[in-house]
Amino acid sequence: MLDWLSPEAATALMLSLRVSLVATLASLPVGVLVAYALARGRFVGHGLLNGLVHLPLILPPVVTGYLLLLTFGRQGWIGASLWDWFGFTFAFRWTGAALAAAVMAFPLLVRAIRLAIEAVDPKLEEAASTLGASRLVVFGTVTLPLILPGIIAGAVLAFAKAMGEFGATITFVANIPGETQTLPTAIYAFLQVPGGDGAALRLVAVSVAVAMAALALSEWLARRVARRIAGR
Amino acid sequence: MSAGIELENVCCDFGTFRAVDNANVSIKPGEFFSFLGPSGCGKTTILRMVSGFIEPTEGAIKIGGKDVKGTRPNQRPTALIFQNLALFPLMPIWENIAFGLEVRGVDKATRRKKADDLLKLVDLPGAADKMVSQLSGGQKQRVAIARALAVEPSVMLLDEPLSALDLKLRQHMRAELRAIQKRTGVTFIYITHDQGEALAMSDRVGVMSQGRIQQIAVPRDIYDNPVNGFVASFVGENNIFEGDVGPVSAGMAGLSSPHGAFRARIAPEAQGKALKLYVRPEHTTLSKTAAAENSVEMEVTEVAFEGAFISVHGVAAGGKRLSAEVKNDGITVVPGVGEKVFASFDAARALLLPDANVRA
Ligand SMILES: Nc1ncnc2c1ncn2[C@@H]1O[C@H](COP(=O)(O)OP(=O)(O)OP(=O)(O)O)[C@@H](O)[C@H]1O
Ligand SMILES: [Mg+2]
Repeated sequence: MLDWLSPEAATALMLSLRVSLVATLASLPVGVLVAYALARGRFVGHGLLNGLVHLPLILPPVVTGYLLLLTFGRQGWIGASLWDWFGFTFAFRWTGAALAAAVMAFPLLVRAIRLAIEAVDPKLEEAASTLGASRLVVFGTVTLPLILPGIIAGAVLAFAKAMGEFGATITFVANIPGETQTLPTAIYAFLQVPGGDGAALRLVAVSVAVAMAALALSEWLARRVARRIAGR
Repeated sequence: MSAGIELENVCCDFGTFRAVDNANVSIKPGEFFSFLGPSGCGKTTILRMVSGFIEPTEGAIKIGGKDVKGTRPNQRPTALIFQNLALFPLMPIWENIAFGLEVRGVDKATRRKKADDLLKLVDLPGAADKMVSQLSGGQKQRVAIARALAVEPSVMLLDEPLSALDLKLRQHMRAELRAIQKRTGVTFIYITHDQGEALAMSDRVGVMSQGRIQQIAVPRDIYDNPVNGFVASFVGENNIFEGDVGPVSAGMAGLSSPHGAFRARIAPEAQGKALKLYVRPEHTTLSKTAAAENSVEMEVTEVAFEGAFISVHGVAAGGKRLSAEVKNDGITVVPGVGEKVFASFDAARALLLPDANVRA
């Protein structure tokens, strides 16, 4: 199916899918937790957490990438310990690309889920708790089913953002074919060499197709969930 | 099974605002107790303290004799029914009702059986597998009650549960609720701003204003022997006269007002305070000639036909507005607009009362 793509292009596509999927799935639980804290929690540092989550949306991606490098690079204050203790590093690895994508997509993920949580009537949660449910049970049985469409929407948005992430990725983990070269960085690389236009164009077509497919999938999922919620 | 509730010097502050001020009440096991008061007087705040969503700033709450300070809502023997019912939209009716049982680890067959039993109790058999959106307002109401009863609470807390229903249904559900309460014997704490509802359903009523409980009494006493002007006005209409109170003898005192000298009942605790005379329109009679005492001449300005009675409004000297209710019994003569009549009342039916008990 992918033989009309060059091997490098096919590799970039598969890597991008893997990076985006891992980035989305890994940040989902954290995203739900942070969204719940922001929507329902009243604590000191609420504003700070909110600002921190939204930072990647406001900062130039290059800056975010550079900050990631400073933190998680081999010499970074977290990165160095990870390397010393576990022999693990994000630097110039596909996991680093996933981390960059996750950080960049996080605000979108949290926003969508937070809006969904805020739309849930707190009285429903209170009713469940007067009926004897602990906070965790309330969340699992009442809140979670109601915010599922929001979680799906947030995840699809995050996935799409991860697929398109360029600036932070190339700054943090560079553009190494087969390791950190994702769709956007591959397109960029093809455009840098003479005669690369054709390959770049094919990758552009692939990006468009992937984006459309993701959108269609999310629409379908959302409709299914909505039907279930309406009780049909 | 059912438990009593005590509020001892309970206060609740929101910032510098005192929403509930020094509430003291002792509700008996199995009692149907209502809190009645206007919007914003602190009724919901009291319920939220009893159910555990907020802690009192001062004072103690006891349920079944035990201080519940620090006990989380899910560990209190109370079930709260919200004004908007808060039914779970993703669950069919029977799962809504059985939610509290599922939380307690009851198996599915038992849950289903209990839900069906409760649906019968609230007169809604056959609704088990419907979804919430398929029920009418009154039916949802019953489901909310069944859901709360399922966990066999010692105390049911109801926050204006009927206010979303139309008049006819509301009256029907009043009787229904009362019957369910009698059948189950559970202590009910019922909140409403509808005086008719509170008086018709309750064993006792606590009337509130601005965070303070004004009076706790059986419905009849709330209506016939209000302790102050706020209670008298909140539960019904009044003709009110201002003036100077004379000496008290045998529980009666005189009032000299610009409209004449009156005589009325006075409670021992009211003596020495600034007082006004309150008398209800249905205790005010109309006649062509003045009565021996407590009589004011007025000119009729409006005659309103209300069905069982006829409301006659008029103005006395100085623009004082008065009203009387005339029974529609076909015998009593109803005056016409523009006619001059005497409005009179029995001294035993009139009360000298202070204003509301509010913060200085
Ligand atoms: N969480 C809160 N923070 C600040 N003020 C509050 C809060 N909850 C209630 N209040 C205030 O406390 C007062 C009493 O509120 P409460 O909800 O108990 O009134 P209520 O008697 O139930 O009125 P209603 O009939 O309108 O429901 C109101 O003035 C309200 O504005
Ligand atoms: Mg209220």
